[in-house]
Amino acid sequence: MESVTTRPGQPVRKKRNKLLSRISAFFAEFYQINLFILRFFKEAFVPPFEFKEIVRQCYEVGVRSFTLITVTGFIVGVIFTKQSRPSLADFGATSWLPSLVSIAIMRALAPLVTALIASGKVGSSIGAELGSMRVTEQIDAMEVSGTNPFKYLVCTRVIATTIAIPILATYTAVIGLLGGYLNVSENEGTSYTAFVQAFFQPLSFLDFTASLIKSVVFGFTIGIVGCYQGFNAGAGTEGVGKAANGAVVTAMFLVFIEEIVIVQIVGNFR
Amino acid sequence: MEKEKTKIDYNNTVIKIKGLEKAFEDFAVLRGIDLDLYQGENLVVLGRSGSGKSVLIKLISGLLRPDKGSIEVLGQDISKLNDKALQQLRIRIGFSFQNSALYDSMTVRKNLEFPLVRNRRGITRKEIDDAVESVLDGVGLLQTINQMPAELSGGQRKRIGIARTLILNPEIMLYDEPTAGLDPITCTEINDLINKVQLKYDTSSIIITHDLTCAKSTGDRVAMLLDGKFQRTGSFEEVFDTKDERVKRFFDYNFIE
Repeated sequence: MESVTTRPGQPVRKKRNKLLSRISAFFAEFYQINLFILRFFKEAFVPPFEFKEIVRQCYEVGVRSFTLITVTGFIVGVIFTKQSRPSLADFGATSWLPSLVSIAIMRALAPLVTALIASGKVGSSIGAELGSMRVTEQIDAMEVSGTNPFKYLVCTRVIATTIAIPILATYTAVIGLLGGYLNVSENEGTSYTAFVQAFFQPLSFLDFTASLIKSVVFGFTIGIVGCYQGFNAGAGTEGVGKAANGAVVTAMFLVFIEEIVIVQIVGNFR
Repeated sequence: MEKEKTKIDYNNTVIKIKGLEKAFEDFAVLRGIDLDLYQGENLVVLGRSGSGKSVLIKLISGLLRPDKGSIEVLGQDISKLNDKALQQLRIRIGFSFQNSALYDSMTVRKNLEFPLVRNRRGITRKEIDDAVESVLDGVGLLQTINQMPAELSGGQRKRIGIARTLILNPEIMLYDEPTAGLDPITCTEINDLINKVQLKYDTSSIIITHDLTCAKSTGDRVAMLLDGKFQRTGSFEEVFDTKDERVKRFFDYNFIE
């Protein structure tokens, strides 16, 4: 049995060594991700540009997520409005509902929900696709046929997610607004014009800008994490599974961290 | 089909390898490889699984970096090339992968067009179509032009993989286990195709395999890779005319058992 030792203190040393190797592996991974990001900036803005592939990827990321985003955005709008009403009704303040919905959707829910949905759908798909290409040597085949696979596969996807996710987030906000309006109109009989007026009234330019910046950051994160995981996938089908899973989990985690950081920064400007 | 006599230019070395070493972590795979590949020659590298055969051609194509030694391909030392120069050199080398490595999101036509469109800027649509159809016809699979890779058999995928490399008219072909996982009839077809490519495109090739039938029918010269080094090099008969038990056992397993 490995745990039995004649020398006291050996298991403690073993544990410490294991911990140290984990910490060093974490920093090594962190260093690799940073190199990957640096490579992206080095290659993305140097010709030849892959415009056709970027448009195709934008279509893949944006258009193919449309149905899911529509349903989710609508449900978020309806549910948020429905759940907020009783609390406001207690104070006789249901007329503030559109303002509350607008602040929640524009400042937090639209970019966050879109990013989470995209992490699951787009991030996993990028991780699995590139992982599978790595495992079946398609990336090597691209490289030996005189094509830079980083530029063709990674740069295009990261640019596409960075462009498409802010558009999707804006769309989510519109659909969420519609969901909120339907609920308010059903219960309060508020007209569409009055709802829209009340919706936009509490919002400032900073809210729109912060929301847009957040979506851009989230989009970049989802793209780069998915590509990093897929591009560096391990061997076999297990490698593909891990790449897809790693893409989703890491992207979601980073999205929440970024949300906190951006909210703190934007808070200083209010 | 018997291999036709080919014209080999022994004064023209297309690949020159000296003292090549490669290790993965603590495991030394290649321990000092020296090799010359001549213009027009088919060289077969034989060896057991995990002996470093595929590593060797990945080093030649620049997919891996050597730990020690030099690799000169078409007069250029690949470890000294920058990314752009390496990319230009790779266009002159065809690489047929063990699992074909066809882009599975593209049709056969798109697979073949891909390297052409990306490396021949300004090429017209008609030129692309003509090149794709001609090379597909050459491997006898013109009828599969609009099919997806998933719809093809193993042998067809191999042939399409070879066709995709041929579309850029490479001077050197690197075949990684061209007959692995195929039935004997399809193996013979692939062997014939390798010989046909050598004659038609005037290529020099390295064929990585552990299939002795493939080695015998395609190789002008055979090199046996054992313990990270070429232990025997020569014609097929010369290589196996030995008392070395490891070489004899390799031969016996292929032809007797």
